[in-house]
Amino acid sequence: MTILSTEGSAGTGTDLAAAATSRASAAKKRLTSPWASIAALVIAVLWTLPTFGLFLTSFRPERDVQRTGWWTFFANPQLTLDNYAEVLFGGNQPLVGFFTNSILITIPSVAIPIILATMAAYGFAWTRFPLRDTLFVAVFALQIVPLQVALLPLLEIFVGTGLNGTFWTVWIAHSTFALPLAIFLLHNSMRDIPAELVEAARVDGAGHVRIFTTIMVPLMKPAIAAFAVFQFLWVWNDLLVALVFAGGTLDVAPLTVRLANLAGERGSNWYLLAPGAFVAIVVPLVVFFALQRYFVRGLLAGSVKG
Amino acid sequence: MTLLDKLLQLLVAVVVFAAVMGVVLLVVGRAKGRRADVVSGVAFTAPALLLLLIGLLYPAARTAVQSVLDARSAGFVGLDNYVRIFTQPDLVVVMRNTLLWVVITPILSTAIGLVYAVLVDRTRFEAAAKALIFLPMAISFVGAAIIWKFVYEYRPNQQNIQQIGLLNQILVWLGFEPVNFILAEPWNNLLLIVVMIWIQAGFAMTILSAAIKAIPSDIIEAARLDGVGGLRMFFYITLPSIRPAVVVVITAISIAVLKVFDIVRTMTGGQFGTSVVANEFYVQSFRLSDLGMGSALAMILFVLVVPIVIYNVRQMRKVDAR
Repeated sequence: MTILSTEGSAGTGTDLAAAATSRASAAKKRLTSPWASIAALVIAVLWTLPTFGLFLTSFRPERDVQRTGWWTFFANPQLTLDNYAEVLFGGNQPLVGFFTNSILITIPSVAIPIILATMAAYGFAWTRFPLRDTLFVAVFALQIVPLQVALLPLLEIFVGTGLNGTFWTVWIAHSTFALPLAIFLLHNSMRDIPAELVEAARVDGAGHVRIFTTIMVPLMKPAIAAFAVFQFLWVWNDLLVALVFAGGTLDVAPLTVRLANLAGERGSNWYLLAPGAFVAIVVPLVVFFALQRYFVRGLLAGSVKG
Repeated sequence: MTLLDKLLQLLVAVVVFAAVMGVVLLVVGRAKGRRADVVSGVAFTAPALLLLLIGLLYPAARTAVQSVLDARSAGFVGLDNYVRIFTQPDLVVVMRNTLLWVVITPILSTAIGLVYAVLVDRTRFEAAAKALIFLPMAISFVGAAIIWKFVYEYRPNQQNIQQIGLLNQILVWLGFEPVNFILAEPWNNLLLIVVMIWIQAGFAMTILSAAIKAIPSDIIEAARLDGVGGLRMFFYITLPSIRPAVVVVITAISIAVLKVFDIVRTMTGGQFGTSVVANEFYVQSFRLSDLGMGSALAMILFVLVVPIVIYNVRQMRKVDAR
């Protein structure tokens, strides 16, 4: 499972496009069958239409949303930003507050496990201490524990320590659950750094701190970025951890919790739910497209979150 | 809490965390001589290991114990909770639904992802076509559930009331009566499963597309010279070549499916016979406060996941060995 280092050959959406043009001669033969083209088109439409429908709905006036389907827009085109204004800033619980919470939850929940895991990965890869290998295998094995198994007792601990109802619970929970995979992935790519590099630094009198900060961390940037994208998407989109630890008090609840509640209410207000959903979607979408390269690399390295 | 309080909490977290880091680096920097390596190793790994011990290992062990205790974790009940899961009618439905999810979702998402990857492979619009299928992966399960809930939306069939959900409108256009899909047991389960397939097909496509690109072109050329093409090429060359990747994708999706909670919770809340183990875990634990049953369901999840993960890891080793 050391694909992180060899991802160059694996490629991404954009890289693949480049590879595709170089093999253009073979390309022309592929989609000659009209049935193949139609099948691809049908899948593409099926995968896009639901999102498009809700997206269009989010800009339609309330009256239209309640009475007619989004497809009637083309006969009666009317667009407004009122829905976004109302869901973001209007009412008792404006979405903008939950948006802030999502950001406040996500930043430490991504940063903390990455820093802890990078340090731990260095410890496991480049130092020697008793039980090192046993402990590493144990960390590796912890990947298989579904987080549901830890939630109930963890909540008890948080209630016992009085941390409940603060961001701390969510930060600690997300950080902990991320560690096994993060340590494992970073350890893999850290082992791939040539030993001569480390030896040379040692000969020059560099201690572990210098080696870690000046050699390892800069070289680990791509692997760290790959994991960061994953952890970001995971935390931002998470509902379960947020519901359990931050759901009791809307004070610290993120967007997903609020949206899930809105969706659960009787007679859903689609003119609010639609823009609300897209407020939550837009941030991961931007991150996703900006860092797609790292995301695909992470996927190919086995970052399938447990 | 005001925004200022929240930012203050963030600041405290940064300070605490920086302090931990500082102590570690200080300890490592101070360590001299032969024991320096041991001290460094322990200092580097201790914060992460400590967090794992308190936040994951201990809670997991405690859950295992609680699963054989009663609802208030007061008395020992043996395997009663587990027996109830497989005998109590509403919980049997939960197990049936979970089975449905685990069987249908991985197969269909993988099949769709694979077919699509092959269809758009090496075409002019490959990058754009892939991005479309890939997109749902960035959307949260909650967002995806809302998007599809809107597709399934139902309005009572009366004069002057138009359908606003696409699926029902299509029924109306075709001359059928609109259906309240979400209430239609047990078929509503399939409608929820569609959401997960919609999300996971992009994952399958990405991995399988990379695998297809990795097939040596001389194999494909040789087959082509022998007059193999179209469907035969797919079944005799492409599919056997990427078999390990297919297995990895199926198992990875199975694991994700077992833990699916957000979709069920957002679309139905587990009502109308659509609950699955992960959702029932939440309901029993945090709604009904039945700690014993909640823990037992979490353990069931664990037991179901373990063999798939082990199999998956072994398959990934095989893929890498190539």
